[in-house]
Amino acid sequence: MDFRSSEVVGPQGADLLPASATMAVKVVIVGGFGVGKTTLVGSVSEIRPLTTEETMTQAGASVDDTAGVERKTSTTVAMDFGRISISDELVLYVFGTPGQERFWFLWNGLFEGALGAVVLVDTRRLEVSFDVIGRLEDRGVPFVVAANTFPESPTHPTEELRAALDLPPEVPIVACDARSRESGRDVLMALMRYLYDLSAPPPPTTMPASR
Amino acid sequence: MSAADQGWGADNPERLYVITRGRSGLTEQTTFDLVTLVVSRSEPTPTMQPEHAAILRICGSPLSVAEVSAYLRLPVSAVTVLLADLLTEERIEARACVPRAVLPDIALLEAVMHGLQKL
Repeated sequence: MDFRSSEVVGPQGADLLPASATMAVKVVIVGGFGVGKTTLVGSVSEIRPLTTEETMTQAGASVDDTAGVERKTSTTVAMDFGRISISDELVLYVFGTPGQERFWFLWNGLFEGALGAVVLVDTRRLEVSFDVIGRLEDRGVPFVVAANTFPESPTHPTEELRAALDLPPEVPIVACDARSRESGRDVLMALMRYLYDLSAPPPPTTMPASR
Repeated sequence: MSAADQGWGADNPERLYVITRGRSGLTEQTTFDLVTLVVSRSEPTPTMQPEHAAILRICGSPLSVAEVSAYLRLPVSAVTVLLADLLTEERIEARACVPRAVLPDIALLEAVMHGLQKL
């Protein structure tokens, strides 16, 4: 495709952020193929989800454990993301990223500065989540686990899921329907509450002041 | 729309090399996060590289680096190079994302939770 500056169409109408938007934060939804990341991003986003790409060639060079190894492959990986206006000043971006090990090169820029992550799991294929969870723990990224409920999914009691994923007791596990805006919102809310608990001083005897 | 614009595939590494004049974007990573908000501070000029002009046109309202990448259909690494050019020339304003910390600020989390409740 040729590049035509005049043909690049930016956001229109309701998709425009107000000029007062001064700060943006991000959360990352990570999971295997077909688990519903894109669906979840689309459910909570106020804009039609957008796609950004990154190439292996560039990012491969910045990965620590391949120092000195210049990767010359130019695999392109797409990442879907959506946006939620929190207030006139604050914007939340939600990125969906593939969990497979070969895509971890994407993670450097993605998790830097991220509030936290949602590991979206399909209870029929839990094994694809093991590596992702280990990787997040290694990087010190706080996360919650959301089990996307597909019609034919077996329903696991939370503690069974926790044992199967070898998760520490404090990591929240929530069930969700990635197609539902309310359900998606609740997943993000669960992550924020978890982050809040991690950040708050231990004896919270009063409720946080609402704004 | 010059003849020079033609024949470069969007996923063609050589095209990216030309657009960024061979720069990888690695040195710019510290300035631009995926969610750094970019706002134009000047109008595009006719002599400008088309990609620079496109960024100035679409960033009349704040847009994240990720959105600029999506609308231009260019990888983030190439976009950060272009944005660094524009920032150096003071043609854009970059509204930095929240400073990196081990854990996010309580007030920030409260604001996000409050916003999500309205969703």
